[in-house]
Amino acid sequence: MMQFMLLFSRQGKLRLQKWYVAHPDKLKKKITRELITTVLARKPKMCSFLEWKDVKIVYKRYASLYFCCAMEQEDNELLTLELIHRYVELLDKYFGSVCELDIIFNFEKAYFILDELVLGGELQETSKKNVLKAIAAQDLLQEDETVDAALREVGLL
Amino acid sequence: MNGSESGFNPAFNIATIKQVVNEAIERVRMPTPTRLRDLIRQIRAARTAAEERSVVNKECAYIRSTFREEDSVWRCRNIAKLLYIHMLGYPAHFGQLECLKLIASPRFTDKRVGYLGAMLLLDERQDVHLLITNCLKNDLNSNTQFVVGLALCTLGAIASPEMARDLASEVERLIKSPNAYIKKKAALCAFRIIRRVPDLMEMFLPATRSLLTEKNHGVLITGVTLITEMCENSPDTLNHFKKIVPNLVRILKNLILAGYSPEHDVSGVSDPFLQVKILRLLRILGKNDAEASEAMNDILAQVATNTETSKNVGNTILYETVLSIMDIKSESSLRVLAINILGRFLLNNDKNIRYVALNTLLRTVHVDTSAVQRHRTTILECLKDPDVSIRRRAMELSFALINGQNIRSMMKELLSFLDRSDAEFKAHCSSAMVLAAERYAPSNKWHLDTLFRVLLKAGNYLRDDTVSSTLQIVSSAAPERQAYAAMRLWSSLERSAVSGDATEKQPLVQVAAWTIGEYGDLLVSEASNAISMVDEDGVDDFVRPSEEYVIDIYQKLLWSTQLSINTKEYLLLSLAKLSTRFTTQPSQDKIRVIIDTFGSHIHIELQQRGVELSQLYRNYAHLRPALLERMPAMEAPASGPEARDDSDHDHDLSDASPDHKPDQVADALLDLIIGSDSLTNGDVDHKPSQPPASNNNSSSNDILDLLSGLDLTPTAPSNVMNNNVSAPAPAPAPAALLLDGLFATPAHINTPVTQVDLPTVTALEKNGLRIVFGVQRGGDTVTLTMRANSSASSTLTDFLFQAAVPRTFQLDMMSPSGTVLPPQGEITQVLKITNPSRSALRLRIRVSYNVDGVPVLEQAEVSSFPPELFN
Repeated sequence: MMQFMLLFSRQGKLRLQKWYVAHPDKLKKKITRELITTVLARKPKMCSFLEWKDVKIVYKRYASLYFCCAMEQEDNELLTLELIHRYVELLDKYFGSVCELDIIFNFEKAYFILDELVLGGELQETSKKNVLKAIAAQDLLQEDETVDAALREVGLL
Repeated sequence: MNGSESGFNPAFNIATIKQVVNEAIERVRMPTPTRLRDLIRQIRAARTAAEERSVVNKECAYIRSTFREEDSVWRCRNIAKLLYIHMLGYPAHFGQLECLKLIASPRFTDKRVGYLGAMLLLDERQDVHLLITNCLKNDLNSNTQFVVGLALCTLGAIASPEMARDLASEVERLIKSPNAYIKKKAALCAFRIIRRVPDLMEMFLPATRSLLTEKNHGVLITGVTLITEMCENSPDTLNHFKKIVPNLVRILKNLILAGYSPEHDVSGVSDPFLQVKILRLLRILGKNDAEASEAMNDILAQVATNTETSKNVGNTILYETVLSIMDIKSESSLRVLAINILGRFLLNNDKNIRYVALNTLLRTVHVDTSAVQRHRTTILECLKDPDVSIRRRAMELSFALINGQNIRSMMKELLSFLDRSDAEFKAHCSSAMVLAAERYAPSNKWHLDTLFRVLLKAGNYLRDDTVSSTLQIVSSAAPERQAYAAMRLWSSLERSAVSGDATEKQPLVQVAAWTIGEYGDLLVSEASNAISMVDEDGVDDFVRPSEEYVIDIYQKLLWSTQLSINTKEYLLLSLAKLSTRFTTQPSQDKIRVIIDTFGSHIHIELQQRGVELSQLYRNYAHLRPALLERMPAMEAPASGPEARDDSDHDHDLSDASPDHKPDQVADALLDLIIGSDSLTNGDVDHKPSQPPASNNNSSSNDILDLLSGLDLTPTAPSNVMNNNVSAPAPAPAPAALLLDGLFATPAHINTPVTQVDLPTVTALEKNGLRIVFGVQRGGDTVTLTMRANSSASSTLTDFLFQAAVPRTFQLDMMSPSGTVLPPQGEITQVLKITNPSRSALRLRIRVSYNVDGVPVLEQAEVSSFPPELFN
């Protein structure tokens, strides 16, 4: 099971954090800080895995962003890399060649996509199409509501 | 505002409506892009941390005020801003209740952001999170699948045990939903609920099994995940699910055989995520179960042979397959196949795959060493990998592969690894090398050479116990080997003294000092020419040093400000020993001058040592040759490192007093008997009265006898005496004084007595001698006060009390109150026994004394200690 996922920039700025284990805020911050430092200190030649405390850290850099997952001991590290890649593909499809700024300015969307891919720390959907379909349907639901509200405001409804 | 202005325009047309709607969307859309975007831009525009803080503080103040005013129109947008601020690391707990309000709103937009906020801000340690339970319950019953989805997602992320109990039945109902979107989310929710509250598993069992009959991969993978969790949760459930093995095999087979399906394809592999999950569940089901294993053998072989290996995905599946093959009761051919897959992994260009291979080989090396051995060269190559994680794994694996046949080549590789490895590896690597060398050394010479090389390359990272174990090996080697050791170590010592890197190699200096002190005469004698010093590269660069040059090097080292006190103690005592090994007058004078200068050394320990050793040139000169005799061979310590740790400190002490040997000799005994520590305290005083044992065989026998409980005839002690003709009979009193000074360590003397008194135990009552133990308890430690009373008519002289405990105990003996026991008199001695294992105490004692000139020896075993001693 994934314990948490962090997205951070090469400058060490946190861009997204998803926790599937309950930790006090203080501890989360401490873990985040330590982990960002550790991962950023690693050289590009090094492998993507890191034994860190009692978890396995699997990380991968895509352009300026690091995607970093904390997995439990019995999890398949290579599969976690595939999971990260799948998430990146989804972001890419959704935003259309995604960049760090997309995730900064639309961080809530990045969360929504992750929540359609992973639930409670486990993968819930292996079809890209299904994930994007669910996201699109929910975005549409929101838009319907706004149109609805706008029409109400102008008195058309 | 815009809306109302252009509201009821009689000439309204479609274009106007569109414009109005678009404007409204822009304005109301969640999160209102302008405002959230603006905030993010403002924050990003901040050039300093202080500037950023002020922007954030201002915004937080504003958000708080809108929360206070119960502004529900902009709540959604404000929470979104707050979540961004939270990600930057600022406190955002004041948004928790607002998230709950959003969740309770009927609008999907509000709910979506509200639940997102709840997942990010709520902490199950706070009561607020309980308030969400009711909202979740409502939404789990919603008609909109996405609302149900949001609620399930939130529950899966932040379910606390209370929430899990309250909502389990809702989740169970949703698993049975016909809607795959809800079904898969509910299954993972159940997975989290069981994680948090394993008791709740039962209720999910019926609904779970049917998940595997679905076509939808989302439902399948979540179902497999849930079943895996259940199987790991209880052995009963594991048995219950054994019958699904054929279903799983079928699903897996369909995945492999089915043609290209764009929906689930990943670089030519059909749904690797699902395949891996199934393989893992198969592993759990097949473990220790021949029948289940049999049922999956074929499919595992099929996956292992048919999976495309050019991409990471394929290797992911192979990796999982290998793990499963190794874990279940698979056919041996399948196991070979699995190890070979790992062998191929080792050659892969992708470092991640090499890492995984090493990791897995490490797990399986104990199951099938010979198969892993075949990949030894590849593994050794990985020692040179640029990646530290890979090097660490390769090192561990290399040590696991060492055996009697390959020790020479493996050690060569590991030595060069040790040489260039990072500091973090050196301690572990050198200890493991010392152990491996001890275990598989093909010859004594090789063993010594290897140890010296490790000493040279590991430097100060070497663990302390290596020093003492190396000394032990040198001391028990054949004489020409000892000379060889002295010569080799001399070369290294000289080299580091001259190049000035001795500070980084203190263990080497210690070993060299001890060895040269003991065998210095062999080092400088002509006889050493006969010993070949040709090293591995065929070079013999040994130059026999002059006595004075040796002393010059010693002086250089002793004068160095950076060597530790411990190392200097070794050097100083070694130097004192050299005074009896070296023969020329100038070297004698030099030694004396150096030792004398230590009489005023700033460090108390060295000063004391300096003064004491100077005394051996003055008042007690007659004792010097005997005290500085060569140490007898030490026996190999059979004990773990904990026993060795402190013995290391004692070596240098014992150097000065060969008449101590009886205690120091038999290491195996040491743990048992007096414990190496005994040197620093008590029984020393008796030694002068015992014949100085220059013959170590008899003395070690002596002790062995005590331990092994052999019949010890009274002739044994006299044997010891007969053997000692070389040493002059020392006057007991001054020697005792001197040695007292040498060995007393104040730490042991005043021990505060805050312990529980227990009844006394009589240990021995014979010929008018009565020995009882007063027992005091304090935690793991028991303090025994030995009281020897005599009712005999004559005075007992040379009274010596010795004790031995089983190996799990540690024994510490204090000084006795005396060695002469007059009629009706009393001698006391304190014994401290540590018993970490808290087992019943057994004590073997031996008492020797002279009565009317006749030596008497008594032995006894005492096991009648009160049982509450260590409870």
